[in-house]
Amino acid sequence: MKRFALPLGIFLILLVFLGIGLRLKPQEIPSPFIGKPAPAFTLTLLHDAQKSFSPKDMLGKVWVLNVWASWCAPCRAELPALMALTKEAAIPIVGLNYTDTRSAGNKWLASFGNPYQLSAFDADGKVGIDYGVYGVPETFVIDKSGFIRMKHAGPVTEDDIKDKFLPLLKELSGG
Amino acid sequence: MAKAPFRSLCAALLGLFCAALLLWTGGVHAGQGAPAAVNPALELRVTQLAQELRCLVCQNQTIADSQAPLAVELKNQVREQLARGQSDQDVIDFMVQRYGDFILYRPPVKASTWLLWFGPFVLLALGLLALLLKLRQKPAAPADSLTAAELTHAAALLAGESPPGESVPAARSIPVITTVSNASTAATASTA
Repeated sequence: MKRFALPLGIFLILLVFLGIGLRLKPQEIPSPFIGKPAPAFTLTLLHDAQKSFSPKDMLGKVWVLNVWASWCAPCRAELPALMALTKEAAIPIVGLNYTDTRSAGNKWLASFGNPYQLSAFDADGKVGIDYGVYGVPETFVIDKSGFIRMKHAGPVTEDDIKDKFLPLLKELSGG
Repeated sequence: MAKAPFRSLCAALLGLFCAALLLWTGGVHAGQGAPAAVNPALELRVTQLAQELRCLVCQNQTIADSQAPLAVELKNQVREQLARGQSDQDVIDFMVQRYGDFILYRPPVKASTWLLWFGPFVLLALGLLALLLKLRQKPAAPADSLTAAELTHAAALLAGESPPGESVPAARSIPVITTVSNASTAATASTA
């Protein structure tokens, strides 16, 4: 029995590391923006090239910035969750339409639903790079003084809304 | 004899055709590589810097290797900023500010990465230590010395005599094996 103890021990240690490795999500890269001011930008609106949006406009409000594109399938999957968020928390969601075309973006909103107060049009993805966007969709929670408090990479699910977004939004709105 | 001038004409035409083809395709390639032709020194710096930056979409590639749209866009950013006269460090700072240390293909040495940088050497040192301890251990005492009966049995075997008496346990197993092998050979012989 004793001669098996060492190999068995080593095997168990390997098993533990394998388990940890399987649970890691390499897609979730820690964002360096948490607790930092949201980068400034001024972009035209997706539905109206004459008007523009800047994060400054939202100072004093807790809001959500959601990066999306008409070519992005998971963006469509998270639409119901975003709709639920606007209903349950009465929090404005601003869309950042990322490396898309105006016509495709507007058509997408018309056919699948529009949870956004407005969408800013980032045709060349420069603003996306300023926000460290590496995959779409990505969602940022920004507080009243314009600081990023949370970043969610990948599609938002109803569970994420319940467990991650609503508690934080309540806390930020209350304070 | 009259065929010779015709042949050389054909060869000349063929050569001309090949030359034209070469020039034409060469021109096409030069057109594709336009940015490289503009400023080779800048392109070299862009490539060198791009090899230090991770593509965040396809995480095991650098943005120099990747053709993902984000990698192409980040490469354009690098080119723009270098062309504006910014240093390599400025560009790296710009990227780290947005994407964190993860974008660096060579992670920086800091408290949170000590295990990553020095862990393998610690493991190596531990292995060497274990090996040294093992080597310095005194060799284990030889197995219990043979009994007098075993010694005589061994001496008899070495001398080529049949072992005296069946009292030695080790001796019992040998005849068993031989009988089995004899039986099997006998069996194959009988079937043959």
